[in-house]
Amino acid sequence: MPPAASTYAGDVDALYYFILYISIFFFTLIVGAMIYFAIRYRRKKGETEAPDGPTHNTFLETTWIVVPVIIVIIIFFWGFRGYMIMSVVPANAMEIKVTGQKWFWTFSYPDGQMTTNELVVEVGKPVKLLMSSKDVIHSMFIPAFRLKRDVLPNRYSITWFEATQIGDYHLFCAEYCGTSHSKMIGTVKVRSSSDFAEWLESLDSAGEGVTPAEYGEKLFTSRACITCHHVDGTVGTGPDLQGIFGHEVELTDGTKVTADENYIRESILDPISKVVVGYQPVMPTFQGILKEKEVDALIAYVKSLGGKDE
Amino acid sequence: MNSTVAAKNGDYTIPKLHYINAAKGLKSWLTTVDHKRIAILYLISVTIAFFLGGIFALLIRLELFKPGEQFYGPDLYNQFFTLHGAIMIFLFIIPSAPAVFGNFVLPLQIGAIDVAFPKLNLASWYLYVIGASFAVYSMLTSAIDTGWTFYTPYSTSTSTAVISMTFGVFILGFSSIFTGMNFIVTVHRLRAPGLTWFKLPLMTWALYATAIIQVLATPVLAITLLLLILEKAFGIGIFDPAMGGDPVLFQHFFWFYSHPAVYIMILPGMGVISDLIACFSRRNIFGYKFIAFSSLAIAFLGFLVWGHHMYTSGQSELSSVIFSFLTFMVAIPSAIKVFNWTTTMYKGSISLETPMLYAMAFIFLFAIGGLTGITLGALSVDIHLHDTYYVVAHFHYVMIGGAVIAFLGGIHFWWPKMFGRMYNNFWSVVAFVFVFVGFNLTFMTQFFLGSKGMPRRYHDYLPEFAQLNGFSSVGALIQGIGYTIILINMIVSLKRGKPAGPNPWGARTLEWEHTTSPPDEHNFDGVPAITHDPYDFRAPK
Repeated sequence: MPPAASTYAGDVDALYYFILYISIFFFTLIVGAMIYFAIRYRRKKGETEAPDGPTHNTFLETTWIVVPVIIVIIIFFWGFRGYMIMSVVPANAMEIKVTGQKWFWTFSYPDGQMTTNELVVEVGKPVKLLMSSKDVIHSMFIPAFRLKRDVLPNRYSITWFEATQIGDYHLFCAEYCGTSHSKMIGTVKVRSSSDFAEWLESLDSAGEGVTPAEYGEKLFTSRACITCHHVDGTVGTGPDLQGIFGHEVELTDGTKVTADENYIRESILDPISKVVVGYQPVMPTFQGILKEKEVDALIAYVKSLGGKDE
Repeated sequence: MNSTVAAKNGDYTIPKLHYINAAKGLKSWLTTVDHKRIAILYLISVTIAFFLGGIFALLIRLELFKPGEQFYGPDLYNQFFTLHGAIMIFLFIIPSAPAVFGNFVLPLQIGAIDVAFPKLNLASWYLYVIGASFAVYSMLTSAIDTGWTFYTPYSTSTSTAVISMTFGVFILGFSSIFTGMNFIVTVHRLRAPGLTWFKLPLMTWALYATAIIQVLATPVLAITLLLLILEKAFGIGIFDPAMGGDPVLFQHFFWFYSHPAVYIMILPGMGVISDLIACFSRRNIFGYKFIAFSSLAIAFLGFLVWGHHMYTSGQSELSSVIFSFLTFMVAIPSAIKVFNWTTTMYKGSISLETPMLYAMAFIFLFAIGGLTGITLGALSVDIHLHDTYYVVAHFHYVMIGGAVIAFLGGIHFWWPKMFGRMYNNFWSVVAFVFVFVGFNLTFMTQFFLGSKGMPRRYHDYLPEFAQLNGFSSVGALIQGIGYTIILINMIVSLKRGKPAGPNPWGARTLEWEHTTSPPDEHNFDGVPAITHDPYDFRAPK
């Protein structure tokens, strides 16, 4: 089991190990008996039939029905109790809206701040996740919290956790969702109360003190552009952006367009309208996810990757 | 059977006339209504499917040998795991034991000349071939990338060949329904006089329970896939929320079939094991009635647990709790069988022939598959393990460790009856060791990967999962070598194997005591007389 970092993770682990040890006991019993019998009663030379043995034993047969029934009922109630704890959201939980789409996560905080693939929370405070999908089914999976919940396109699904350990943890998509399913990975950052407040503040002043291109480079990773677009000359789900700026690109309808500021801006906010030939129209819109200055910074970053700069 | 000697080797001879040479030419095979010949047709078909699915499995493990993109990109990977799953489930495991052993062994075990509807039986095989052709067509054209589960709305929105693939599975379903129907009627109507229900071999009981599931569950899959095709082809909103449908409804429909289908895969295997353990221990099976009725209990309870695939899906909490409870209940009959098999060996006269090795490996592996099923049945633990490699490992322990190992055990057991010749014992044991070791290396590692949180259906993974994935890939290769050795060993035995004689294992069921190897075209010389119970090894010969 991975590190346990939520209030209910300990209970899940305890049950997991309880079942594991019981399983090892029964496995050893059955396989041990089988191997012992295979050696002890191995057919001797010239033996044609087995000595008469029992084919029925009421006590034995009742025992091996009743004992497993009792054990599984204990396991059932234990799992049921843990599941109820996971299902009932504490009243004082901070609500974070989660959107899953191909192939990244967006988190909206109560004061309107938004992050991508990065869920920052305060240690020791319950957090409620109100989740929905923009396309197919995804699943929010945070192994360290023992949390998993499918994220559906037609309804909200709700789950919650309270982090107990400061640190960074993986966040996966666990429901198969297409090409970049295995890249739909984020980070949960559990921070102390003061660090969390500081982080919230820093969101407002993000991009200050650095050049737009440097800020754009950071956003390129944190806003998950990098999931599909490579910048090193290799082919991804989307076009490689290295040296693209200012060049003509061919679209799926056969026309050509120059990859200038306006085309890049349009491709971020309305990606399906002009798709480069050879690629699928799968990119989601970033309208409403990116702020104006973030779009500017990303364009500046794409420019900085080389190309004809007029 | 006073036929003259055709081939002589050792103590036994192959009868001059039997079902294989009763008629000649390809046409005689393609138009046969002999249940034994149809079994051979199925055996060839499912073997091709198994190796095809196996190639995809090896391609998957090749890419996952190391983190990062090794040989091919995510789109191909998604197609490979979909094809691996769909081929193995629909073209191999579901038809494997029921269609091969059900056809070959079932009529022989009940003293019948054939199944109840021989022509329908042949039609089932043709449906299988047509369905399989659709599947292969989808594979060769635009492939398919939905996973074998075809979950909506992904399957509604993807551009790959969902319609032709699901239509293929739809047709395969009918093959399965007709086979099931045929076997139910056969067991009810064609038992030899005096062969009462409790004198039936447990293999027959298991095939009967399987047939009931095939008939009752498969239509639901057919309906579901038809609705999916309607949605995709005509835009009728049933599952896709963009058209006002409900994607979770699809999951309910799908698992309403696909969970009972798990028992279609494993029940015949349990039947094989019952016959094998009794035969090679020379002991009357312990708790005959418990094993027989637990097959029926599994067939019944198996219909009531589909929701345990959906704890995280958004079904109501109450549903999840009820499904969890019923899931634990379905574990009990399986546990009873395992205890009974083990106890049967007590005070036996055990001979470790290759089929017995498979039977013991089955108990070993199926115990792991079953016990990890208990872990997954527990609600709070499943939330963490759902859709991770733990689940992948669990169902491969049940599907390969259970169904495939039992199938191989059965093949090694009935092979001399089917073809009249023995395979090479040395190579069959070598192959067994490769399969057993390779299998555990492949999938034991995946339990650890899953509990550490590696999700399934990932083309790429984090570096911390690298070592275990490497081991798993090596295991897959070892397994692949094992299966290949079995194939070669069996094919070689057709020409070079020693004549086996009518009853090389000293079994007491009708197919061994009353037919030649290979059996005559009409199975028995007259109606076989029932003189003793199926596992009564002390009855006079």
